[in-house]
Amino acid sequence: MLFTYLKRELSKRRKQTSVVAAGLAVAIGLVVTVSAASASVEKAQGTVLQSMYGIGTDISISKPGTPGFGGPDRFEIGSDDGNSADGSRNFSRTRFDIAGFAQALTAEDLATVAATPGVGGYTSTLKLNSITFNGELPDFIINQQNQGTQSQMPSGPGSQPNVSSTNQPAPAPSGGFDGRGGAAFDVTTFTVEGIDPSESAIGPMSTVEVSDGRLLTTADAGTYKAVLDSSYATTNKKSVGGTIKIDGVKFEIVGIALSTATGSSTSSNVYIPLDVAQKLSDHDGEVSNVYVQATSADAVTDLDKALTKALPDATVNSASELASSVSGTLTSASSLIQSLGKWLSTAVLIAAFLIAALLTASGVNRRTREFGTLKAIGWRSGRIVRQVMAESIVTSIIGGVLGIGVGLAGIAAVNHFAPTLTASVGGLAGMGDAGGPPGMPGGGQGPGRPVFGNTFDVALNATLSPLVLFTALALSLLGGLIAGMYGGWRASRLSPAESLRSVA
Amino acid sequence: MAESIYELTQVSKSFRTRMGTVNALDSVNVTIERGSLVSIQGPTGGGKSTLLQLLGGLDQPSTGSVIIDGAETSDMSEKSLAELRANKVGFIFQNFNLIPTLTAAENVETALVPLGVAPAERKSRVDAVLAEVGLSDRGHHLPSELSGGQQQRVAIARALVKKPTVILADEPTGNLDEQTRDDIIGLLEGLHRDQGLTVVIVTHDSVIAQRANVRLNIVAGRVSVA
Ligand SMILES: Nc1ncnc2c1ncn2[C@@H]1O[C@H](COP(=O)(O)OP(=O)(O)OP(=O)(O)O)[C@@H](O)[C@H]1O
Ligand SMILES: [Mg+2]
Repeated sequence: MLFTYLKRELSKRRKQTSVVAAGLAVAIGLVVTVSAASASVEKAQGTVLQSMYGIGTDISISKPGTPGFGGPDRFEIGSDDGNSADGSRNFSRTRFDIAGFAQALTAEDLATVAATPGVGGYTSTLKLNSITFNGELPDFIINQQNQGTQSQMPSGPGSQPNVSSTNQPAPAPSGGFDGRGGAAFDVTTFTVEGIDPSESAIGPMSTVEVSDGRLLTTADAGTYKAVLDSSYATTNKKSVGGTIKIDGVKFEIVGIALSTATGSSTSSNVYIPLDVAQKLSDHDGEVSNVYVQATSADAVTDLDKALTKALPDATVNSASELASSVSGTLTSASSLIQSLGKWLSTAVLIAAFLIAALLTASGVNRRTREFGTLKAIGWRSGRIVRQVMAESIVTSIIGGVLGIGVGLAGIAAVNHFAPTLTASVGGLAGMGDAGGPPGMPGGGQGPGRPVFGNTFDVALNATLSPLVLFTALALSLLGGLIAGMYGGWRASRLSPAESLRSVA
Repeated sequence: MAESIYELTQVSKSFRTRMGTVNALDSVNVTIERGSLVSIQGPTGGGKSTLLQLLGGLDQPSTGSVIIDGAETSDMSEKSLAELRANKVGFIFQNFNLIPTLTAAENVETALVPLGVAPAERKSRVDAVLAEVGLSDRGHHLPSELSGGQQQRVAIARALVKKPTVILADEPTGNLDEQTRDDIIGLLEGLHRDQGLTVVIVTHDSVIAQRANVRLNIVAGRVSVA
């Protein structure tokens, strides 16, 4: 009887049923869309961190330097450097050193890491920047520079040199790329990471796959072999079998690496054996980054503390601290979803629950005589409450199923319309290379701004997870329960004497 | 088996309203023999429906004692009252009060739901009682597809299917035309005459009252026996 009655009520009172179900469907659809989008953004953040720090990394160690300490980034050009022709000289200078403002971690530091209890494993890399400056300068600048104290490079390509020095009358500007004393130069940068060729479980190699050729192996130690990031290789038209010059030394390209995370590049442009990188950059036995794996997930917090204490000059970051260093539109999207999306879907959900409860109660009011009559012929209150609850729950489950449909449409819309997001990992000394290197032309904002492999393009890929599906159905059930309980409570309070009321 | 189906002693029923307390029934003393045909008459607002509610266990007196088939109802729980209504009382309403979304047969079946009758038996009992009121071929019709007289027959079938001890009807012909009215009255009279049921009818129709063996008149909550 309950089922027949329920079926009849829902189909005969289709308008009420569909209004309640549609309200819940919209609300649940919104919740599904927002949760799926939020999950995909979270996944994307995880992906970015993985690309940057590798899968198994619990803690990352680096050593910050002092930004703006001009020394290591200075190019020095003497009067007899380069080829002089027509009053100008052409230059090519390469600086090849640790990326960003970071300092080297010594062999001693590594020994400290290895000896710290809770370390399950670690790998270290030497992240280097190759910055090559190609330029044409007029002779007179160089001559003046050599007479006075050495000054910084003019800032920005093509700018007029502004040299205030000496009490000698300055000769009329001549030479340079425009013959009037102008200077022209460009800057090429790329990142080179010296890696332990035998380590693939932790560190940068844990999140790459081979797209062509092979990765570095133990046998490559000490040899001039290189693996290139796929997008870097594409941009620079490099392929397996070719060569790449790093700090003037030719390396054989043995493989092209692709990030296992879709839509993301790997952490550096070029990977070479660690020992070769150390030799080439005069950092024998030294590294810039250490990737540490804790013995267990529970040990991470303690290990973080122990390492921070053991290496007071170094920056020790756990994965969760690293997560907070991700910035860019991905982070904006994440906070938008976290705040507005969750707020909006909660509000709509509450509204839908209220509407469902009120409509159910008004349905009960309209059926006052009906329920009174059933009580008059002997139906107990409990049976009538059950009837109202069952109707409400079935209605809301219909709403929930429709809501999943709405959610799927919402997810498709998010995937279709959402722009590709970017994420930058930076803000932690030595871990990222957010700004340009100091003392470089265009180092801050200019057209020559170097962009290293720490900005990632991330495509959102929202999917309907079983958890979201379960949540949607649970929410619809909850809505049905709330509405049914309210309506049922109203019905239970009706008196059987209502059946005799002569309201036609 | 108690000889009298109803024993009402000093029964009063008052309702508190915003306008003050309304005494719908005032010191009513009535005894009704089993198998009687009872008519209740009186001016509007006199308390006829209120009395019927007490007789049907829909409500309890404010003071006094209402004994239905040997059971005192004034201190019964809501649960026991529902049980009493389900087992012994068949109600018939002026407005038929059928469930609009259920068919005639399903409406009749609702009376068997609280009795825990097995589905197969339900069906045969519903069919039998529908035949008894002359609606064998209308079981699958919705109330909206039936005439007023047919709807009231469905309501009578619903009251009868539980094999009640009493039939209580509140102005059962109030919404029917003259021809149909006679049919329904004939049907109710037949239940009293042929099945020996106690039938209590609230009516404005003095023709029905003429045929009753107990004629009650209620004016301003006070009952007099004619
Ligand atoms: N639930 C209630 N709350 C307040 N007052 C009520 C209630 N039920 C009945 N009354 C009052 O009790 C009195 C008797 O009402 P009752 O319905 O029994 O009259 P009636 O004789 O059936 O009238 P009618 O012929 O119009 O049906 C009336 O004054 C009515 O207003
Ligand atoms: Mg009345």
